Amino acid sequence: MKELTYVRPTDARDAVARVSDDPHARFLGGGTNLVDHLKLGLLTPDVLVDVSRLPLDEVTRLDDGTLRIGTNVRNSDLAAHPVVRSSYPAVTRALLAGASGQIRNQATTGGNLLQRTRCVYFQDVTTPCNKREPGSGCSAIGGYGRYDAVLGASEACVATHPSDLAVALAALDAVVVVLGRDGERRVPMSDFHRLPGHHPETDTTLAHGELVTSVELPPESALTRASDYRKVRDRASYAFALVSVAAALELDGDVVRDVRIAWGGVAHRPWRAAAAEEALRGETYSEEAVRAAAELELAAAVTGPDNAYKIPMVRNATAYALRGLADRSSERTGATR
Amino acid sequence: MTVQQARPVPNRAVGIASERVDGREKVTGLATYAAEHRDLQLDDPLHAWMVTSTIARGRVLRVDASAALALPGVERVLDHENAPRAASTDDRELAVLQDDRVGFRGQIVALVLAETPEAAREGARLVSVHYDAEPATVTLDAAGEDDFYAPEQVNAGHETDLEQGDVEAGLAGAAVRVEGRYSTPAEHNSPMEPHAATARWDGSVLTMYDSTQAVHAVAATLAPILGLEQSQLRVLAPYVGGGFGSKGLPHAPEVAAAMAAMAVEGRPVKLVVTRQQMFALTGYRPETISHVRIGAEPDGRIVALEHAAIGGTSRIKEYAEQTATAARMMYAGEHRRTTHRVAALDVAVPSWMRAPGEMPGMFALEVALDELAEACGVDPVDLRVRNEPELDPETGNPYNDRRLVECLQRGAERFGWADRPTSPQAIVDGDWWVGTGVASATYPTLWMPGNTARITADEDGRYGVAIGAVDIGTGARTVLAQIAADALDVDVASIDLAIGDTDLPAATVAGGSAGTGSWGTAIVQAAQQFRADHGDTPDPGVQTTGTAESYPDSVGHALHSFGATFAEVRVHRWTGELRVTRLLGVYSVGRVINPTTARSQFLGGLIMGLSGALFEESVRDSRFGHVVTQDLATYHVASHADVRGLEVDWLDEEDHLATPMGSRGVGEIGIVGTAAAIANAAHHATGVRVRDLPLTADLFLDVPPLP
Ligand SMILES: Cc1cc2nc3c(=O)[nH]c(=O)nc-3n(C[C@H](O)[C@H](O)[C@H](O)COP(=O)(O)OP(=O)(O)OC[C@H]3O[C@@H](n4cnc5c(N)ncnc54)[C@H](O)[C@@H]3O)c2cc1C
Ligand code: SF4
Repeated sequence: MKELTYVRPTDARDAVARVSDDPHARFLGGGTNLVDHLKLGLLTPDVLVDVSRLPLDEVTRLDDGTLRIGTNVRNSDLAAHPVVRSSYPAVTRALLAGASGQIRNQATTGGNLLQRTRCVYFQDVTTPCNKREPGSGCSAIGGYGRYDAVLGASEACVATHPSDLAVALAALDAVVVVLGRDGERRVPMSDFHRLPGHHPETDTTLAHGELVTSVELPPESALTRASDYRKVRDRASYAFALVSVAAALELDGDVVRDVRIAWGGVAHRPWRAAAAEEALRGETYSEEAVRAAAELELAAAVTGPDNAYKIPMVRNATAYALRGLADRSSERTGATR
Repeated sequence: MTVQQARPVPNRAVGIASERVDGREKVTGLATYAAEHRDLQLDDPLHAWMVTSTIARGRVLRVDASAALALPGVERVLDHENAPRAASTDDRELAVLQDDRVGFRGQIVALVLAETPEAAREGARLVSVHYDAEPATVTLDAAGEDDFYAPEQVNAGHETDLEQGDVEAGLAGAAVRVEGRYSTPAEHNSPMEPHAATARWDGSVLTMYDSTQAVHAVAATLAPILGLEQSQLRVLAPYVGGGFGSKGLPHAPEVAAAMAAMAVEGRPVKLVVTRQQMFALTGYRPETISHVRIGAEPDGRIVALEHAAIGGTSRIKEYAEQTATAARMMYAGEHRRTTHRVAALDVAVPSWMRAPGEMPGMFALEVALDELAEACGVDPVDLRVRNEPELDPETGNPYNDRRLVECLQRGAERFGWADRPTSPQAIVDGDWWVGTGVASATYPTLWMPGNTARITADEDGRYGVAIGAVDIGTGARTVLAQIAADALDVDVASIDLAIGDTDLPAATVAGGSAGTGSWGTAIVQAAQQFRADHGDTPDPGVQTTGTAESYPDSVGHALHSFGATFAEVRVHRWTGELRVTRLLGVYSVGRVINPTTARSQFLGGLIMGLSGALFEESVRDSRFGHVVTQDLATYHVASHADVRGLEVDWLDEEDHLATPMGSRGVGEIGIVGTAAAIANAAHHATGVRVRDLPLTADLFLDVPPLP
């Protein structure tokens, strides 16, 4: 058996130091992803630094209204949190659309963001994979491509990021708070995950040893309250997204005052559809306008035979999610469209 | 008096819905599965871990085990050069570590034995295997036309081809013709308990706890390979966590476990196959492609039918799925041709998976029937009724009791079929298209000779009943006691049943939906002989053993079970997601011995059919040759949320042509036709005709409105 050291620091700084100093050390959260990787032989760390018991497990509202979510808040608890449910429904819906009850009970907020791709070749040590073994090649290209990225992929890697939570957080402009050797830094969700480029081995902009301590959601607003998450999958439960949409919509009559759209299942990171948002902001809301905006965002998409379906699927899912929000908005205001 | 053949028995315990006798042990974790047996475990087993090939075809040049052997805890590494020699290598699937040839990716190329499972697994990771790879053909697409050949026979001993009348003339002269290409992907059985074995060789007897559907068959198959007499193998399987056919025949891991045990005499060896390894080493349903052509009268009566099936098999061992056999007996029609061709590929060895042949074949045929109904403008239920044959078209024999029409009619009534709009896209409910569909189901009534049962009179009016049958989770332990009670005319509580051990009288496989019927016949025959020998008040200790070589009344009849499956689906108009909201199966299966356990079989069959309709697909990488969806996070089976309004019903009947209990089999028919009913319902909902499983969301995106 591969021997490894397991440590359980009581202090975040200590945890950071232990991992920063040792290239073969890894943080352990709930373990629902990492332990699988140990079993599959994807990862052979010498040291596991268990951060799941650090006292970073509370959801608190700061004076300015920011909602701070400690990294050790379990996915189930976060989904069930009354403030999250009422003020950031996209977050609750994204979490509940993910994994299974048992896994959500175990999984942590930080671990969820840092879970790795489900690309079948990444998870199979007998096949080449640039993400697992830089320079070995990408088996997904020319292979099983049903879950592959359509936006922002590179010749080195076409994998998608699997987290549902991350997509909702990206739509809501969350900020990830990170502790490193040199102190704390704050990373907007949109800068947290990377595109693969020439370095698919790196999923995020974190340095080795940087610890996620919390995630902050901006103060609740009409927009965050009118947010939703729609995940498309063949199986009704316990399946990763084919595509998913996190959206928020604020209408003024039938004019789009503000809108947020983020997509899951289409790229190496949650894909904030900035061009689509831009096209819709200030315009009259209509299903056609949403479809056109989605098409605009998708103009740069590259597809193969296995994943070409993602283009119409994400376009339709976006139109569907926004229509739901628009309907609720008009119910509230009594406006008719 | 000698009881030559079992006679029908009156039903008392049989027919009563009773709970599983071993339910409590199972849900409390007391039931011991193949890797959990304490008696062997106490003896400190070595743990075996398989190293499997990473090429699809070629040779092993060298196995470098030095790093593995240097790891603390690793005891031995077996490879093709140092593994014990097999006495027979005729079966190349089972010729484990006997030569340097690699026939498929995922084949066993070394076996690590270590003190702990962790050390064994890490040791396996450290073994480095050097290959000389050769070009491989791993998909049907890559096979050339010349690669397809007619096997000598297809699975279950069916004829490869059958031709009646003049199909081409029949088709040419038909008023209505439909034609289509239908396909089903490779699918893996994936029972909950992985294949596993714990084995010990004491120098004269190999004892093996195995996860199998047939203990005697394992002993009979492995003995000549291991160079032993069958009596030197004792195989036990007291509890088995599902098989679905994948444990019906022994596979390579069982040979590996046995061989390893013999290499370390006196020390037990435990081998558990990982979920990923199950996708290469324990059988699967091969991909099938069916070309179906039907010619009919304007009213839908079939005059000519062709079902030409092709599929893949492994180059190292042939298995030909009998995809077209249901088309031989299902419907009337004068001209008929059914053929099977296979291409030998450099892939893992396919094998039985629940309703081999009928599942993929009836998907093709029953979707084609739906297309015929549409072409003729006939209701799909009526169409099937109109094509009811009087005699079995395949043999010309009368049926035992063909009640397909009754199943269809009862199902139609219960399902509310009469209210169904004829045309597709007729029902919209909010964001969903709604549609309903129907398909027939069938399964042959198989009966296996050679089962032996032993009846012993015990103290206090109790009876011991012994037979080497296996309960793979179906409830065999429960229903065999019911059968024995009726056969002895005693209360079921006074039966002590012993099963799952080759030390007990010989039994055939829990497979082909034939276990209960075949074992039950032997029990009835032994019980009747026992009463003839020892009377109604036997002395404690007296015994009778009886073997059922035949059950005669079936001769001259076509024995089949039938059923009808109705499905309601919803297809999301924006995202294409498909959900099955109702599924009803009505079956004609003879006497239902235990409604509780039978219902479970039907429900499980329907769920597995739904799962095959919507999700299951073993995706083989055309470059590497292995299945890349090799775990249950990527090979999807139905989750609870996918299983909604499920209903099961059956006709009240007894079939004493089939067995003395009046029963036929119930294990497989539930999966047959289910995928077709769902595909037909999806067509009714959306107008989109899907002929290739599975029915995924991308197929229903942006559905155009019908003209
Ligand atoms: C069968 C299955 C289905 C699933 N389905 C879904 C799904 O549909 N949608 C979905 O979104 N997810 C799904 N998941 C994934 C699941 O959400 C993740 O496994 C889980 O969120 C990871 O959290 P964890 O705390 O267990 O992380 P761990 O496994 O402990 O860690 C994951 C990674 O994060 C790092 N890490 C952990 N904590 C920190 C921290 N505080 N700072 C820095 N690094 C850290 C670890 O080093 C590791 O690299 C599924 C998982 C499984 C097994
Ligand atoms: S897509 Fe990325 S993760 Fe998948 S095989 Fe290619 S490099 Fe590896």
